Amino acid sequence: MKLRRTMLYVPGNNSGMVKDAHIYRSDSIMFDLEDSVSLREKDSARLLVFNALKTLYYGEIEKVVRVNTLDGPFGREDVLAMVAAGVDAIRLPKTETVDDIVQVEKVVVEAEKRFGRVPGSTKLMAAIESAKGILNAREIALASPRLVAIAIGAEDYVTDLHTTRSPEGTEIFVARSLLVMAARAAGIMAIDTVYADVNNEDGFSREVRLAKQLGFDGKSVIHPLQIPIVNAIYTPTKTEVEKSLRIIAAIREAEERGSGVISVDGRMVDKPIVERALRNLELARASGIEINEEVRS
Amino acid sequence: MSRNALGRELPGQVNGFGTLVPFAGAWENTPLVRREKGSRTLPRLTKVVGSIEEAVRKVGLENGMTISFHHHLREGDFVVNMVLDVLARMGFRDLVLAPSSLTTCHAPMIGHIRNGLIRRISTSGIRGALADAISGGLMDIPVLIHSHGGRARAVETGEISIDVAFLGVPSSDVYGNANGFSGPSACGSMGYAVVDARHSKKTILLTDFLGEYPNTPVSIHQDWVDHVVVVDKIGDPAGIAKGATRMTRDPRELLIARTAADVIGASGYMEQGFSLQTGSGGASVAVTRFLRDMMLERGITASFALGGITSQIVKMHEEGLIKRLLDVQSFDLEAVRSLGTNRYHTEIDASLYANPLNKGCVVNKLNVVILSAMEIDTDFNVNVITGSDGVIRGASGGHSDTAIGSGLSIIVAPLIRGRTPTVIDKVTTVITPGETVDVLVTDQGIAVNPRRPEVRDRLKAARLPVYDINELRERAEQATGKPAPVRFGDKIVGIVEYRDGTILDVIRQATAMGGEEE
Amino acid sequence: MRITQTAAAGTLESSDVLITVEPEADASVHIDIEGASAARFGEQIRAVVAETLAGFGVVACRVRLQDKGALDCTIRARLSAALLRATDEAGPISWETLK
Repeated sequence: MKLRRTMLYVPGNNSGMVKDAHIYRSDSIMFDLEDSVSLREKDSARLLVFNALKTLYYGEIEKVVRVNTLDGPFGREDVLAMVAAGVDAIRLPKTETVDDIVQVEKVVVEAEKRFGRVPGSTKLMAAIESAKGILNAREIALASPRLVAIAIGAEDYVTDLHTTRSPEGTEIFVARSLLVMAARAAGIMAIDTVYADVNNEDGFSREVRLAKQLGFDGKSVIHPLQIPIVNAIYTPTKTEVEKSLRIIAAIREAEERGSGVISVDGRMVDKPIVERALRNLELARASGIEINEEVRS
Repeated sequence: MSRNALGRELPGQVNGFGTLVPFAGAWENTPLVRREKGSRTLPRLTKVVGSIEEAVRKVGLENGMTISFHHHLREGDFVVNMVLDVLARMGFRDLVLAPSSLTTCHAPMIGHIRNGLIRRISTSGIRGALADAISGGLMDIPVLIHSHGGRARAVETGEISIDVAFLGVPSSDVYGNANGFSGPSACGSMGYAVVDARHSKKTILLTDFLGEYPNTPVSIHQDWVDHVVVVDKIGDPAGIAKGATRMTRDPRELLIARTAADVIGASGYMEQGFSLQTGSGGASVAVTRFLRDMMLERGITASFALGGITSQIVKMHEEGLIKRLLDVQSFDLEAVRSLGTNRYHTEIDASLYANPLNKGCVVNKLNVVILSAMEIDTDFNVNVITGSDGVIRGASGGHSDTAIGSGLSIIVAPLIRGRTPTVIDKVTTVITPGETVDVLVTDQGIAVNPRRPEVRDRLKAARLPVYDINELRERAEQATGKPAPVRFGDKIVGIVEYRDGTILDVIRQATAMGGEEE
Repeated sequence: MRITQTAAAGTLESSDVLITVEPEADASVHIDIEGASAARFGEQIRAVVAETLAGFGVVACRVRLQDKGALDCTIRARLSAALLRATDEAGPISWETLK
């Protein structure tokens, strides 16, 4: 199971951050060539990330680059350079329509051929940051077999809506839910938006819990300190793991006996509960927890 | 038979006593006692003299003698420069200097060395322009570098025989009772000064704050003191101590700190009543933040913290997480406040702290210490004194003392600083021998000394990122490339002494500072 | 590729390098390195600079590096950017040949 609990945002023109990003052990790193890089430095940042991706060691961490949009002067060259450098995924900002995905995929295909990369090896991610994009989320999520995740960019989105962000997130609630639904319908991942107030650990925790409850697979983080908080919330607790193991054990036992309905801890266990338990165990294993399969009730 | 001054008849000889020396008058043989009892108008007994110059004359300082200073005033010290200026004006030469440590504010010493006032120096550390100059070959006789415990040992055994100690004290009374927690230049513990005051032949106190007699509680008591000089300022409060030690916000330092706390938590050394010492560097101080959470979670309290006391440690003590504080150097005003008001925050002197040859120093009872490093090699030897260019810019300090005394010594450092690898083949200068260093914690992984297999096993069982130290060295080298070797001249500019008096290493002239390549 | 104007890329922040490229009248390359890494990594840095210049076919220029502890990949990146900014002849970059 590929984990994308944390996607660490790294400004692409910052040499120190680019070279050190891996030490924080996020699941993915998103090198940014878009909003965090001034127009005058787009060329330099592109070269910096290109060289970093080719030379430096990032271990098992997924390397993602947020390119500039393809309707501007920078996007196409960004895509070419990053595919040449061996990026794992291209993240397209401000995705509004299926065609946005189609256009970037064209460049990726061309680049993979030109630079000798295994066809299909470059994945895509789409950030949806407008009302139009959210309303098209269902189709966008299905637009390409390379598309592995869609994300919501709340700042641009609420601006588009003519409102502002609130701590409770009421104004982005529907967008979040639609995004998750679109992702699930397409069988891909949903990533929640960044939380800008780095000093507010409690506020951040609350938002991560909300995102998890809504079904998001992970969160974009802008500061390394946010990573352990997300990991703690997304990692199943010992109790949850044990409960999941008990459920699986009970189901196996029931199957052996040939009996139908079973209950665990006084609650009826049917298919969705079993599926959740299996998913929990997969998530636990991927998070590095050792599952002792022998645990029984 | 003869008569004494009271007219009492005394035999000349008595069995078991030999010749009896007759009483000659109450004041005859005790010169310090006031001679006029009856008069109410005479000035009260005082050791205060009018100037540094007068004090120097009175103690009979001569060329070639050894003088000492302490470094509790840190970057705000005025005392060393003030005293050396007076001695230069008075025409002294060839003095041996034994300051407990030197900082960037002591750059004016360069002129005094050039002019022949100072012939040799023994100290724990040197920084700034003075260090650059000494690294460049300024002195004929190499500087002796010792640890804090080693200095105390040398002073107590007489290897460093101090003729006159010039001790800046934040407050003193007229008779020489001094403490470090009161007055405008408060610095907290006077642990290094106490050793000098106790063992020097003569002690001169310089203060900018005269307190009423008796100025108790005291660190330096009157019976060690010869003269007191009142000056305008012994130092700059801004350079002496900040208000509190801020917790770093640097994500890399916090990452290293969190990992170090995880190491302590998994090592088996975090148990009820454990003791700890943290350094004053960013990552070291930050470890307390994560340790605190862990201790609260596990319901564990520490028996004492040693150091190097910062506001963060004081906070944990006041919260009840650390029972006692043993303080040889107070790093900020919070620590000073605590030392001055809390009986469980105790000043200890440098010998009690770390002298390896007394009846048992405190580092022997230390469980966990967190230290920094400029370089560490694959044998775990640590360098904290010379930079990657071979120039002196640090101090031995309590590093080697606490490394060996503690049950678990942890070095925290980034794997690479800029383009300079921290983990390398051989360190430029050895300050702490690798056999006393247990764990290295970097931002890219942990290495455990092969001498501690049980610690390594526990850390691996806790799924911490443990690597072989050679792997870390390679990872650093792959990123930075292999640095060309540091180029040195022939001349020896420093001798590094281990805490027991034997010699660990030599420091040669750095070509970076104008020395010529051999 | 000819260097026709002075241009710079990079910053003076920690782990970065500010590289300034200037035209040079004679057909030679002059490299000046300032900064902490010069003493111990000077040779290596020169090699990276030379290799990058060769990759762009630049035979005449003056390169000044103000180094703050940059790794080779950063030096390559900043130098490439400076070179491309310092010329009128830059065509599309062939990413596959760029080191």
